[in-house]
Amino acid sequence: MLWIALYFPHLADPPATSATAAIDLNNLAAWAGRFTPNVSLEKPCGLLLEVAGSLQLYGGLPALVRSVRADLRDMGYRVQLAGAPTARAAWWLALADHPRFVTELPSLTAALRPLPLRTLESGDKTFALLSRSGIRTLGEVWQLPRDGLARRCGQDLLDRLDRALGHLPEPRPYFQPPLQFHARQELAAEVCHTEPLLFVAQRLLLQLEGYLDARSAGIASFEFVLLHRNNRRTTIPIGLVAPNRDATHLLNLLRERLVRVALPETVHEVMLAADDIRPLSADNISLFDDEISTSKEWPKLVEQLRARLGTDSVRGLAIAAEHRPEYASIVSEIGTATTVAAGFGLRPFWLLPAPQALAERHGVPQLNGPLKLLIGPERIQSGWWDGPYEGRDYFVAQTSTQALLWVYRIPARAWYLHGWFA
Amino acid sequence: MSHRAQAFAELLARPDIRRATDLAHVTKPSVGTGFTALDIELPGGGWPSAALTEILPAHEGIGELRLLGPALAGLSRKGRRLAWIAPPYLPYAPALAAAGIDLSTLLIVRAQSFADTLWATEQCLASAACGAVLLWPQRLQYAELRRLQLAAEGTSALAILFRPPHAASDASPAALRIALSTTSDGLAVKILKRRGAALDRPIVVQIGPPQANVPTTHRPPAGTVTPA
Repeated sequence: MLWIALYFPHLADPPATSATAAIDLNNLAAWAGRFTPNVSLEKPCGLLLEVAGSLQLYGGLPALVRSVRADLRDMGYRVQLAGAPTARAAWWLALADHPRFVTELPSLTAALRPLPLRTLESGDKTFALLSRSGIRTLGEVWQLPRDGLARRCGQDLLDRLDRALGHLPEPRPYFQPPLQFHARQELAAEVCHTEPLLFVAQRLLLQLEGYLDARSAGIASFEFVLLHRNNRRTTIPIGLVAPNRDATHLLNLLRERLVRVALPETVHEVMLAADDIRPLSADNISLFDDEISTSKEWPKLVEQLRARLGTDSVRGLAIAAEHRPEYASIVSEIGTATTVAAGFGLRPFWLLPAPQALAERHGVPQLNGPLKLLIGPERIQSGWWDGPYEGRDYFVAQTSTQALLWVYRIPARAWYLHGWFA
Repeated sequence: MSHRAQAFAELLARPDIRRATDLAHVTKPSVGTGFTALDIELPGGGWPSAALTEILPAHEGIGELRLLGPALAGLSRKGRRLAWIAPPYLPYAPALAAAGIDLSTLLIVRAQSFADTLWATEQCLASAACGAVLLWPQRLQYAELRRLQLAAEGTSALAILFRPPHAASDASPAALRIALSTTSDGLAVKILKRRGAALDRPIVVQIGPPQANVPTTHRPPAGTVTPA
């Protein structure tokens, strides 16, 4: 067993906001799940991670601790980290002024001995009793006779000391991550600019990333909610093309949206809600710069473009099973596979948004001079059930400058230009 | 061969010596145009990747897309994405499919402002997903062209600008600039600028009307990995 203890001093200080502190601690526990499934809460201000099974994956304790620290730094948390073979000892070491890592059980006693008496968290009465007797450190407590200590301070104190040294087991309940991720964060002051909101968003998104990493999942959409006074709120929904959990990418998307939101009033709290959680396996590392990177980059690009330009400005193209030319090509969701229902005749690369009427002279359509009809006609007609739609005879025509056009004639009526072969 | 002539020939064979009549050596792979007559005149034997290409058709619709068709179809078959930014008309799906382009690789971007259009172009060029980025700009300042050229240099994608014919007289940092006009024999491709020696005569390329579409079978979208 090897335990890492995370002590968050800011959660220990304000007992007034204990409700938000509890939410904060729960979210941190959800985040910590990315390092080990064995996360235990040390309420109200700490987490205990049993990491013996994760050392191989991270390549040793120092590398693992570096990852933990890097995440916490990005989230903007001040934290004291310590490690020990027992949970109790790790926690006591984290509370100390100079937290340290002790990996061997035999050296644990020496490491705990100089810790101050308040580390014991033994209650005011016991603390007063011991300090009145001139006892300052844990080492001095251990030197007292056990039976006398048990009689005066209770068996509980002895048990804790034994648990710290591993003489007694300490069974701990492990944190169960919630099925959905809801995080909220009160702001230190009311803000009316987006920059401080992004800082808070980064913290919440990193917690989300850790939570999703632990579950091998990604999100397909999330909501960032800004809470104003009088229960008013601004909701920013963000949809993704493919499930993702990369906090940097999600923050980029949110930034593009946030800078375009006009804040109606100041914000005092923000919420992050991710309900649509989908399975997402970790990526294989590719030896070559090949399709795997393409398939990964593609949804990111589309999401980034959409975050700034809007969903409707970034579209795909598909063929509809429709023989009327203007309905055969449709804008579609990006990357959707299309089955080509039927063969078409010759079709141009460009279609005009609306057919353009052409002049006619001696029965020949004109566009900067007479047009030469090369191929055709191709009759395209429609049934009565489609509404009014006149039959058309389509031709491939050539201008005097050799450009190829797609034109049609409504029989015995007018000529229209419908496309460019380009 | 005299000793001196042989030494001179050896000197010329050195890879770091380039003669004015040669084409430049390109380090990034080019994408074949599908037209042999054109390929042999382009450095690297095709459309240059990681550089800006300008296409200046004399009139809209004379064959600029048909000229690009084989290269685009090849890229889309490899699963590379094709970004069409601010196209002047509606790209027509049946014709694109008939040209062999996988429609699921297409990305059509229409931004509200020109600044957003340029931003979207840079984003597409910066992404590893895109095999070709096609842009129909309204007007371009030299500084904007330079910026696009710099964005293009960081990628493996084709970066293609379609510009009006009068832009030929403007200075441009593009690596390849070609003007298109029509002749009775086919499409005349005049290389205004390329890396290497200049070329005076236009290349005539046969690009008849596009092929009629034939029904194809359903294929999974590119980029999906099917387990073996």
